[in-house]
Amino acid sequence: MNLWEFLQRRYDDMIEAGIDHIWMVGLSVLLCTVIGVALGVATYQTDRPREIVLAITSTFLTIPSFALFVLLIRPLGIGAPPVIVALTMYGLLPIVRNTITGLRGVDPAIVESAQGMGLGRRQRLLQIELPLAWPVIMTGVRVTALILVGIATIGAIVDGPGYGEFIFDGLARVGSPVAVNLVLAGTIGVIIVALLFDTAFNLLGKLTTSRGIR
Amino acid sequence: MSITTEKSLGTEAAAPQVALAPVRIERKGLRSYLFMPVVLALVLLALYLYISSQELDTIEQRSLNSEFLLAKTWEHIQLTVVSTILVILIAVPLGVLLTRDFAGSLRPFFLGIANIGQAVPTIGVLALLAVAFNFLFFKAAIVGLVAYTVLPVLRNTMVGLQQVDENVLEAGRGMGISKWGVLTRIELPLAVPIILAGVRTALVINVGAATLAAYIAAGGLGSVLVAGLSTNRITVQITGAVLTLVLALFIDYLAGIAEDVLRPKGL
Repeated sequence: MNLWEFLQRRYDDMIEAGIDHIWMVGLSVLLCTVIGVALGVATYQTDRPREIVLAITSTFLTIPSFALFVLLIRPLGIGAPPVIVALTMYGLLPIVRNTITGLRGVDPAIVESAQGMGLGRRQRLLQIELPLAWPVIMTGVRVTALILVGIATIGAIVDGPGYGEFIFDGLARVGSPVAVNLVLAGTIGVIIVALLFDTAFNLLGKLTTSRGIR
Repeated sequence: MSITTEKSLGTEAAAPQVALAPVRIERKGLRSYLFMPVVLALVLLALYLYISSQELDTIEQRSLNSEFLLAKTWEHIQLTVVSTILVILIAVPLGVLLTRDFAGSLRPFFLGIANIGQAVPTIGVLALLAVAFNFLFFKAAIVGLVAYTVLPVLRNTMVGLQQVDENVLEAGRGMGISKWGVLTRIELPLAVPIILAGVRTALVINVGAATLAAYIAAGGLGSVLVAGLSTNRITVQITGAVLTLVLALFIDYLAGIAEDVLRPKGL
């Protein structure tokens, strides 16, 4: 059976794994964005907390995913929950860092003139600084999505849903003819999901960027 | 740690430049150098005390003895170090070649491959070697790791060389320095911080990916985790995970020091 026949026969499974993969990564990216932007906003003006947040989030990214998934089995069980928690930890750094970089890159003269026009701290942040930093933040979100699509694959070790199931299923059957198809199908699936996310976030970034700086 | 430095490139023009530089520029004090090893030592001590307080059954004893654990740790270090050295030997010269004038038309092609390659999951590469070519064990793991992490180093080498100010090179040529001299005495030293950031990224990816080498029978600390999972022994799982975590953080810590030491003084 060649790959094409395999894909036709397992069409349903492929679609289902794809949807699982997408919602797991999508949810994690959403959590990362909310937490990451909040952390960035809270720390970008002060040196010490900023360094600490960056150090902690980059340490998360250094932890091998296999180890983290296994450590999370005891508190969270198996399936999607440990995968989503781990993914959220892994995805913070690019978003936090780009939020900080973006906010610090805003021209102080602009912020000052906003202040001169009578805008309060909150209004300055929401109406001036965040919109100006948004393209940089969205780049961070895109990077996060790409990293998480890959790491979600490893989640299959703790029974996480998605294309990782195909790959590990194939690995468990080394030598049998179906193994190659399983691994290829899983890998291609992951690449397609990655490209989908990249395109979607590219579009979203363009649509949500304030018109003045597009 | 800058696992993402190379990944934010090739996207919008404005953002990547800022996200490119290594996170830390300033040199750190002695105290911050000591922090990480002390924390890691305490974690290992806690692990040791926890394991010695447990009654181990025979299955657990098979994995939780110093001989087995040291052997697996050593395998893991070998996998990581050998693959990273090979990556540097392949990617840096290739990056230099691709940034020479004659390679102009090849450049977008290679950067394109580097971009798409990021989307391929590591486990997919390792699994394909195993199932498609029946290629397993240490050598297969090295091939898989190298194939995967050549991309970030290649990309950072190219970006690092390309961001060198053309005027500086022109000045060098004007002073009568040969092409080779310009490359080795001006271009490469100026690109070193970005290349090193790429190497550190590769190192971190390799430590993590080497845990998956257990699935193609190449050993490493991943095999402790696999043993813990397959026998459903939580002590073995925790030991494998903590050892992997400590090793990864320690290697990244060493890479951070190397980055600080190897950065040319003038930068």
